[in-house]
Amino acid sequence: MGERIAEHPILGVLEKGQPVKFTFDGKELEGFEGEPIAVALKAAGLMVHRYTKKEHKPRGVFCAIGRCTDCVMVVDGVPNVRTCITPLKAGMNVQTQYGTNV
Amino acid sequence: MKRYDLIIIGAGPAGLSAATTAARRGLAVVVFDENEKPGGQLFKQIHKFFGSKEHQAKVRGFVIGRQLLDEADAAGVQVQLNATVIGLYQDKEIVVKIGTEVHHYKGDAIIVATGASENMVTFPGWTLPGVIGAGAAQTMMNLHGILPGKRVLMLGSGNVGLVVSFQLLQCGCEVVALVDAAPRVGGYGVHASKVARTGVPFYLSHTIVAAEGDECVTGVTIAEVDSNFTFIAGTEKHFDVDTICLAVGLSPMSQLLKMAGCQMEDNPKRGGQTPICDAVGMTSVAGIFAAGDVSGIEEASSAMIEGRMAGIAAAHYLGYLETQERDAALADLNTALDGLRQGMFAPKNRGKAIAETEEGIAISANLLKNGYVADDEVARFPGVTHRTGVHPVIECTQNIPCNPCQDACPKGCISIGSNITSLPIAVADADCINCGMCVASCSGQAIFLVDEDCGDGTATVTIPYEFLPLPAEGTMGVALGRDGKRVCEAAVVSVKSAKAYDKTHLLTMRVPKAFAMKARFFKPTMLKAFEKCEGGVMQ
Repeated sequence: MGERIAEHPILGVLEKGQPVKFTFDGKELEGFEGEPIAVALKAAGLMVHRYTKKEHKPRGVFCAIGRCTDCVMVVDGVPNVRTCITPLKAGMNVQTQYGTNV
Repeated sequence: MKRYDLIIIGAGPAGLSAATTAARRGLAVVVFDENEKPGGQLFKQIHKFFGSKEHQAKVRGFVIGRQLLDEADAAGVQVQLNATVIGLYQDKEIVVKIGTEVHHYKGDAIIVATGASENMVTFPGWTLPGVIGAGAAQTMMNLHGILPGKRVLMLGSGNVGLVVSFQLLQCGCEVVALVDAAPRVGGYGVHASKVARTGVPFYLSHTIVAAEGDECVTGVTIAEVDSNFTFIAGTEKHFDVDTICLAVGLSPMSQLLKMAGCQMEDNPKRGGQTPICDAVGMTSVAGIFAAGDVSGIEEASSAMIEGRMAGIAAAHYLGYLETQERDAALADLNTALDGLRQGMFAPKNRGKAIAETEEGIAISANLLKNGYVADDEVARFPGVTHRTGVHPVIECTQNIPCNPCQDACPKGCISIGSNITSLPIAVADADCINCGMCVASCSGQAIFLVDEDCGDGTATVTIPYEFLPLPAEGTMGVALGRDGKRVCEAAVVSVKSAKAYDKTHLLTMRVPKAFAMKARFFKPTMLKAFEKCEGGVMQ
């Protein structure tokens, strides 16, 4: 499982949005509204966001700032969504991406 | 198409500083940034910055970020977020992707302040989930409050690798090793020392052989390399980890400048492809300026000064400022920038092995190899002296442009002088009042308050402490040496927290007096003695 930082020695307790439910590959998970989808997934212990097209190799978060595109997934039916910079909303349907999923 | 006096690309330290400076001179300024929030990387920087009082030394990065945003707001700067500039053309027109639309703007002047991106290295397994950039680790823990991993191996001993390792420790991760292919620690010795004293082992002249795991990282093997960076057989070491963090340098994100036709050069001292600029930061294309890491990798402090310079230069270029005014403003900023570019880690010294300090003292070989100054090396530095009673011991052993400690002491116990890179000196005839301001003000956490002989066979050592849980008075534990190894038993005799210390707590531990000059970190071994007693009465 991933772990959220309850209290940070310098930053204190982080302000988060409302707790919201979303689904990942059909499973219901909880995260905080407005945080990146990838953070909510990491809190749930998920590492693999997608599998590459040719060799079916796993990929996860790498840069976390929207540059590398390693963390893309299918969100609400749209493939190639950069989950590290896309804010989580209630009821989102997040799916592992296989290849390009198009 | 909308027109602005000045368009700035990037709302990081350079871009925001440029925007405020130009807006205060009357220019209509817009800043575009691709991110959801402004501030660039500043909001991930939770350590106290180095430098001088005039340049916000000892202020934490995210606090500086807030100040820059407030200033920009007050100056009337418009910041457009979630706006990716995807084209910059010679006639100073830009195209910006906002949502699914592409918009077209024209600036009479443009400042490119796009910053830098992280470099990568490849090794078998480097694409596995769990291999992340050091910036990703910072983003996860400092912006989003989530642990990047539980057991982490850090590759890279530059300031980013060192600072992020410390931040990982602060949020409760275990850092199993700090590894670098180079033979010497690349970043500030003080950053290395604060990591080493917690017990993190350094492996210089080592790099990653392979990351292991099927679906994600489960382990890593490193091995020693020779002077040609070839693995030496039989030197492999294995660690069980769930995260491998890469901190192997930054490269300027200068693509837009190249696209606009600015003359570029490949300059290794600046970190790669950078624009050729004149003395005021203007590229070869009139009216297009560059500031911050995009024009050469440095620190956020220099990026802010460069931003202000570009803002001044752009204001002059558009006729909002007389040449004389411009030159006067630039002269001050140049002096400040010059100050930050001094010392052993100055851009001009990049890649050089430096054997001696400016004072002619031999650099600690152990610091460069293992991340800490050895017990038999530390006495040769001018901040380390023996006195009766409580006194500061300043373990600052490299010439870096930083001097908050000198101003922090109300009694003049610490002297750096007018040369900001000089090593701090413990002043012989000044009387320490044990206020702790020096300990809390040292961005490198290199100052300790030591009473070498309390008269009962013990000594007290006060250390900066930025971890949770904060040990309470009476907590028993062990004192660790500079090398992170156990030196003796220790008991916490006081923990001081004050607003002026800015979240750096001062933990004082009692140790046998033989270890006064060795004990430099505290690790609790058990809960506070008698914690469970009624009323918490201490004995």
